[in-house]
Amino acid sequence: MKIKLFLFAAAFFALLSTLTIAQVQLTGAGATFPYVIYSQWFDLYHQKTGVQINYQSIGSGAGIRQVIEGTVDFGASDGPMSDKQLKQAKEKRGTEILHIPTVMGAVVVSYNLPSVKEILKLDGKTLGDIFLGKIYMWNDKRIQELNPGVKLPDRAILVAHRSDGSGTSFIFTNYLSKVNDEWAKKVGFGTSVSWPVGLGGKGNEGVSGLVKQTGGAIGYVELAYAVQNKLPYLLLKNKDGNFVKADFNTVSAAAEGASKNMPDDLRAILTNAGGKNSYPISGFTWLLIYKDMKDKVKAKALVNFLRWALEKGEAYAKDLYYAPLPKSVVKLCEKKIDSITVNGQRIN
Amino acid sequence: MLEQIKLKNKIFFTLNKVFSRSIASANTGDFIYKKLTQFFAFLVFLLVLVMGYEMYVGSKLSIDKFGWNFLVNSTWDPVKEIFGALPAIYGTLISSFLALLISVPLGLGVAIFLSELSPNWLEKPLSFLTELLAGIPSVVYGLWGIFVLVPLLRNVVEPFLFKHFGNLPFFQGAPYGFGMMAAAIILSIMVLPIISSISRDVLKSVPNSQREAALALGATKWEVIKIVLANSRSGILGASMLGLGRAIGETMAVTMVIGNRALISPSLFDPAYTMASVLANEFTEASSDLYLSSLIELALILFAITIIINVAARIFVWSFEKRWSSVG
Repeated sequence: MKIKLFLFAAAFFALLSTLTIAQVQLTGAGATFPYVIYSQWFDLYHQKTGVQINYQSIGSGAGIRQVIEGTVDFGASDGPMSDKQLKQAKEKRGTEILHIPTVMGAVVVSYNLPSVKEILKLDGKTLGDIFLGKIYMWNDKRIQELNPGVKLPDRAILVAHRSDGSGTSFIFTNYLSKVNDEWAKKVGFGTSVSWPVGLGGKGNEGVSGLVKQTGGAIGYVELAYAVQNKLPYLLLKNKDGNFVKADFNTVSAAAEGASKNMPDDLRAILTNAGGKNSYPISGFTWLLIYKDMKDKVKAKALVNFLRWALEKGEAYAKDLYYAPLPKSVVKLCEKKIDSITVNGQRIN
Repeated sequence: MLEQIKLKNKIFFTLNKVFSRSIASANTGDFIYKKLTQFFAFLVFLLVLVMGYEMYVGSKLSIDKFGWNFLVNSTWDPVKEIFGALPAIYGTLISSFLALLISVPLGLGVAIFLSELSPNWLEKPLSFLTELLAGIPSVVYGLWGIFVLVPLLRNVVEPFLFKHFGNLPFFQGAPYGFGMMAAAIILSIMVLPIISSISRDVLKSVPNSQREAALALGATKWEVIKIVLANSRSGILGASMLGLGRAIGETMAVTMVIGNRALISPSLFDPAYTMASVLANEFTEASSDLYLSSLIELALILFAITIIINVAARIFVWSFEKRWSSVG
């Protein structure tokens, strides 16, 4: 009996001691795409400093809403907040929202043509026409021109897209809007759009399921997902006219290319970025931070975490199939972090 | 004398009534218990009202903007912020009715076999297995749909239908496997256990004297079953309606196989969309107020349709019960 009581007391104190160390608790919510690396970061950072960060991957749209409502300490999103949303947040929360890029992802276009051994090449205009339903056969003249010498089958194209709202769709449709005028006019871009043709699959696994199973299918998935599942994907023609394969280097190159004329609020959409090796469908994912915070302890913990993530955290990106930020962008982010204040005062 | 007895009785009953009531009210425990349970019962009702009200408030923006057009407009474009629920309503109702079309005869067959024909040693394991179907998570059905059902439809069933019945509007277009047909079949399997197990219970509850009487009059086995079925019509209808309720609200499995396009097409090969799928797909990433509000309005419509179907089911069942009670 006594032993039991003792054990119980010991367990209780052990619990208490962990609680006292983890005084600082931060809550965040938002994007699902960076969830894997964020949870790794939060875990490592917790071990290192005792600061506990709870992150709920409820989706970018919901994350932005939580930031505007002020129910979280920070948010996360795969698409930048719109001007209207920023204004709304400022009215409700009385402070600006900073966009801090953390890692990058890319979207690749996968296809299923068992008879074609070569890796296909496409440009943005043609890709857009396929997703508009204007090109509907694989042996179309326009596809053939981009792939000289490849024997394309006389087969109907089945377009597969995401049915659920997602940052992946946002980046992909944003790219198509930049490179295909008709797409921009008819469909536009967003986390969900009204797709002119094709079938919708839920999640990356839904789209890749459609593509894998159906001969003649074409669809877009996250680079990380395609790499992990060994899906074949297209080479895409970038702004400089080169056919580029998506990998961590070409994605980082896109950020490098964009960093030269990065907007001041870092809300850059990297699609169709310039640069010889830039992969054209890549994008940042952001943490959404209040520029002026109320709670000094929390603010300090959050700022320290952000600095740590950019200095040390980036190294974990590649193992988890994310592209790390190039040095030039990290510098811009650090400058942004320096501007965070608590009740108007700078954090040292 | 008679008058006196009557008066006595009257007094006795009145006293008795007053007395028993005074006992009940004297016991505070009973009183509290009664009120508490009453409160809980009304709480359920209140919950439904609050849910409906909350959804109405949440969808105010979209109701003001689109009005009744929301119900008849067939465009769903989050980018241009034009929202119409017609394709989703169509997809929900059609997929559910098609599912019932398949599962009611099937479920009824299972129920008849289990309650009337099956030998005792077979009945238990068989009914256990059908009920087991109800316990499988819907995402598992969805995965089975993607990896087994859809390829089967694409490679065998749909080309066959196209070849032999291709001039009908129901079997036109390219056979992708994903689409209305896959959704309806998945749904029919999911509602089958509900329909079969409730129908079986209903059939079993028909008194044996009915069967024995019919047999004694020289009825064949088939005629006996017909009599049993006629006696339990209302229960079977109720079971089907419950199945319909399940089919309308089903989300995950349908989302995985229906193709998710806001499209109204008579062809079963074409992709479609259901209200529950739209919500599951788009709710988390809806960032603009109008978009969110339209999604909530869609939820409100789904809520209303579910209530209407359940009420209709009840009314059906009651009217049947009345007829049977007057006959019996």
